[in-house]
Amino acid sequence: MDILNLFNDIQAADPEFADRISPRRAAIKNITSFGSKVAVAALPFAFGTLFKKAYGQTATSSVNDVLNFALTAELVEATFYNTAVARATAGTLAIPTNDLNAIKLIQADENNHVTFLRSVLTSANESAANKARSTAAIPAGTFSTSYDYSGAAKGVPGAGPFSAVFTNYDIFLAVSQAFEDTGVRAYKGQAGFLKGNQVVLTAALNIHSVEARHAAYIRRLRATRAGAPANFRSWVTGDGTTASGITVTAAATAATNPIYANEATTAQAGAELSGIAGAKAATEAFDEILSTNDTLAILTNFVK
Amino acid sequence: MKTTTQESFLAGQGMARRSFLRFAGASAVAAGLMTSISSCKKNDGTDFQPVDIGSGDLAVLNYAYALEQLEAAFYTQVISNPYNGISADERALLTEIRDHEVIHREFFKKALGSNAIPELTPNFSAINFSDRANVLGAAKTFEDLGVAAYNGVGYMIQTVDYLVLAGKIVSVEARHAALIRNLLGLNFADSTILDMNTGLEKSQTPAQVIPQANAFLQGFKISAPGLGA
Repeated sequence: MDILNLFNDIQAADPEFADRISPRRAAIKNITSFGSKVAVAALPFAFGTLFKKAYGQTATSSVNDVLNFALTAELVEATFYNTAVARATAGTLAIPTNDLNAIKLIQADENNHVTFLRSVLTSANESAANKARSTAAIPAGTFSTSYDYSGAAKGVPGAGPFSAVFTNYDIFLAVSQAFEDTGVRAYKGQAGFLKGNQVVLTAALNIHSVEARHAAYIRRLRATRAGAPANFRSWVTGDGTTASGITVTAAATAATNPIYANEATTAQAGAELSGIAGAKAATEAFDEILSTNDTLAILTNFVK
Repeated sequence: MKTTTQESFLAGQGMARRSFLRFAGASAVAAGLMTSISSCKKNDGTDFQPVDIGSGDLAVLNYAYALEQLEAAFYTQVISNPYNGISADERALLTEIRDHEVIHREFFKKALGSNAIPELTPNFSAINFSDRANVLGAAKTFEDLGVAAYNGVGYMIQTVDYLVLAGKIVSVEARHAALIRNLLGLNFADSTILDMNTGLEKSQTPAQVIPQANAFLQGFKISAPGLGA
């Protein structure tokens, strides 16, 4: 995120960059916020706008929208792990010692993602809904006004399909996997909106791959638990419960199947790939995207 | 420049096909590159000029194709020559990873058609394929490098469809990386690849990645001035 280096990098890549952003150009003149008024913390966003103007692309609000969307997902995850680690410390959620190191690193990542996205967005651009969401651990016996990790955000608090999420470690892992796999697909679905934006797109990609590492590791922890589905993998095989391995109740399956919609596809960019190493491998070799609306439909069970 | 294969592969996806046509200029670069390859090879076949992978999206696709060739070749050798004491579980996992990497390689080869760089010849002499820690350590290196490379080149992609495809692949590479680290008894990430203050993966530029990839190549090496490397 070194903005000054970035400028040099751009000029190295595009010798005409200085000319493109010349204040004499009409498109650039219109960026009234650029210059002394812009706060240092807002620079990445200003650069996104500058790029769009300089390269004649349509200026849109999508960079802000994407960042707010990502922040919502990260707030859900950060609070989830903050609560789980607090419950583990209190002894009411039995996380094995070896697993706890991974869970705590995921917790740190998600909280860092929240801080990072807020620094990029700046307070002025953060949505009111996100501002209202705290990341504090939810005390046992109480209900959050922002989240319901039982998956009952629309119903009786705490009475969703994952009501044992903070008392039963296997259920906790299943919900964790649901969030991480959703995160992987959701970030991917936003990438197109950030095309060509070196700062914000690269940051989003660098969060996206960390979410994929989380997902893979949580899936591995699940795979090594007693009673795990056979051949359950760190990567996503097919769709539905084959992909999720979440079959505790019909309601749980219904809440998590949409996370893996379209994952059974074996074709990419119009090319059928199942002839190379089989259909199963072809479904696994590519993680599919989730649209903004599909992601919100999944999160709506967990976010008030 | 288009072959029948490429034509049919791109048929039915208007966006991608038009984009490929738009890179007719870049194709000319690739055409020139094919010529230069054949002309730069000495009679004894031991000296090769680096392959310039061109510019624009074709360069990015060829960059990915080169990395996937390396990964696929590595896991193919791991499975054909498994390390001492490999468990049934590990053999199954590594076989599946091999299949994913072969699919990635073949996907890029098909997508690039006549614009693809030549098949590369790996040099894995630094890897002891009979030693578990050595093999899994190399796997960790390849997977972490692949993730950092895709992340670092994403912003250079001009066509949304390709950006999305790269995103679909990089997360699978990250899944591999995390699983391999688990097999090694490690956490899913550490400060070598993760910024511990922001929780962001440390992406790498093509200029950083290419020398590391070239260390595993004999014959043609890769150069990418069009990607700043």
